[in-house]
Amino acid sequence: MSTRDDVRRYPGFGPFSVIFFAYLYLPIAVVVFYSFNANRIVSNWGGFSLHWYTTALSNANLLTAVKTSLLVAAVATVASTLVALMAALVLVRGRNVRFRRISETVVNLPLLLPEIVVAVAVLILFSEVGLANGMAKLMIAHTTFCIPFAFLPIRARLQGMDLDLEEAARDLYATGWVAFRRVTLPLILPGVFAGAMLAFVISMDDFITSNLLNSGGATTLPVYIFSLIKQGVSPQLNAISTLIMVVSVVLATAAFLLQRRQ
Amino acid sequence: MKPSIKNPNWNVLGLLPAHVIMLLTLIIPIGIIVVVSFSTRGPYGGFEYVFTSAPYKQLLFNQGWTGELEFNPQYLIVVARTLVLSAVTTSICLLLSFPVAYFIALQRPTVKVLLIYLVTLPFWVSMIVRVYSWIIILGKDGVIEKTLRGLGLVDQMDSLLFGNTAMLVGLVYSYIPLMILPIFASIEKLDHALIEASHDLYGNRLTTLRRVILPLIRPGMIAGAILVFVPSLGAVLEPTLLGGGKTMMMGNLIQLQFGGARNWPLGAAIAIVLMAAVMVFLVFQGLRSIRTEGLERAS
Repeated sequence: MSTRDDVRRYPGFGPFSVIFFAYLYLPIAVVVFYSFNANRIVSNWGGFSLHWYTTALSNANLLTAVKTSLLVAAVATVASTLVALMAALVLVRGRNVRFRRISETVVNLPLLLPEIVVAVAVLILFSEVGLANGMAKLMIAHTTFCIPFAFLPIRARLQGMDLDLEEAARDLYATGWVAFRRVTLPLILPGVFAGAMLAFVISMDDFITSNLLNSGGATTLPVYIFSLIKQGVSPQLNAISTLIMVVSVVLATAAFLLQRRQ
Repeated sequence: MKPSIKNPNWNVLGLLPAHVIMLLTLIIPIGIIVVVSFSTRGPYGGFEYVFTSAPYKQLLFNQGWTGELEFNPQYLIVVARTLVLSAVTTSICLLLSFPVAYFIALQRPTVKVLLIYLVTLPFWVSMIVRVYSWIIILGKDGVIEKTLRGLGLVDQMDSLLFGNTAMLVGLVYSYIPLMILPIFASIEKLDHALIEASHDLYGNRLTTLRRVILPLIRPGMIAGAILVFVPSLGAVLEPTLLGGGKTMMMGNLIQLQFGGARNWPLGAAIAIVLMAAVMVFLVFQGLRSIRTEGLERAS
């Protein structure tokens, strides 16, 4: 049967998809293209230049924002992954867990609420408690909304895992802890990695919460970029955006390949 | 066996950190948002525990100089715009996603994996960068305007930015991968024999699409609709950067009340309205899925 006669195919879906992918990548291509523009005015092409990359990389405010973001994301990733791992172990493996459904909803709560509501909630909380330290505020808030993102891949991995393996270890007189460390943990490690990576990306990307908490003095990368956008489109902004995209693509590809190897 | 120090209850201990964090940073604070939404605005922003329904009244009315209330639709318009734009975003995403997801599902396994990777890739790219890129395209002297002028089609045009259309473009662009993935997943699960059976029974492509394919992938479409609709309702970046100050959505209106305007009670009231809208939608969808499940089980 030729593809033309294949009843499952619909004419036009192919070209439509090509246009769709063009739409998906056009904005990204435009930013990358103009980041090499020598002209100060973004949309007037003035020749190829790497000038804006050197400007960006020597921008002290940008580097401070990157450092803030990395620090917050590192803490939020470690904390949320640990919390999510513990919760997932109980919710998937635990026996006689009471209120399993409600517990699962609670763990996923930040996903069910619009992020701006979560942001307002933590903002009011910190103002009532009197917490003024910007970094601490960001770390706590980011940990909260990263938990479900770390939780979901770990849960998926645990659900896909063969329970017999752990029971076999227990039959061979491994204590609970040894069975977990030697059998369960190595098996779910890809899920834990995926969860941690997702939490990291979500934290690095967050704008809404970080911007609302910004009064504390700690400016993250997206909040800094927002302040640049407010000053207007500029080639330096395009260079910064391109650098961020390169890092994102490398991370995404690594995650993709890691998953493929399973 | 009674749990003791020697024999701790791992179930409770394992869930404790997650529950404590959610309770302290979300559940209790959402209670406080409700309280704030019934409070009085403080003289320097923030709020005071003087209870009133004024913030909710302010959503609908202006208080004149003499204290009389006159109807003021400005916030109502924002709420309506948010609902309409989110619904339109969801519909456009549905329309665009189906052909693409279907096309991807028919490819060879290696191509399929590659295309799905390409769909998810923009999602890893920072949201603010993706929204910003549309400023370069839609803005004054932007890519679209330059192209049209270059082709001699226009010589002066209004900026495409700062309007409902620009917001819509940004919203669709931001959330469409969330629609493609669940639809793709349900097309993958589709039994191809059913499509062939429909053709053997003289159903043409359109009939097959309408009577066989679309009903079978409905769960994926509903999942995608939730994944797109809910974040659209709370969108902040798209309305702020692409919508401009005049065309607001609830997300950036809340942000504004807690930031620049410093009217926390009003911001809290809008946040409650937003949360209620999301909850109504989720409960509605939940009830529907329970009902269809019940029907399927009964039949």
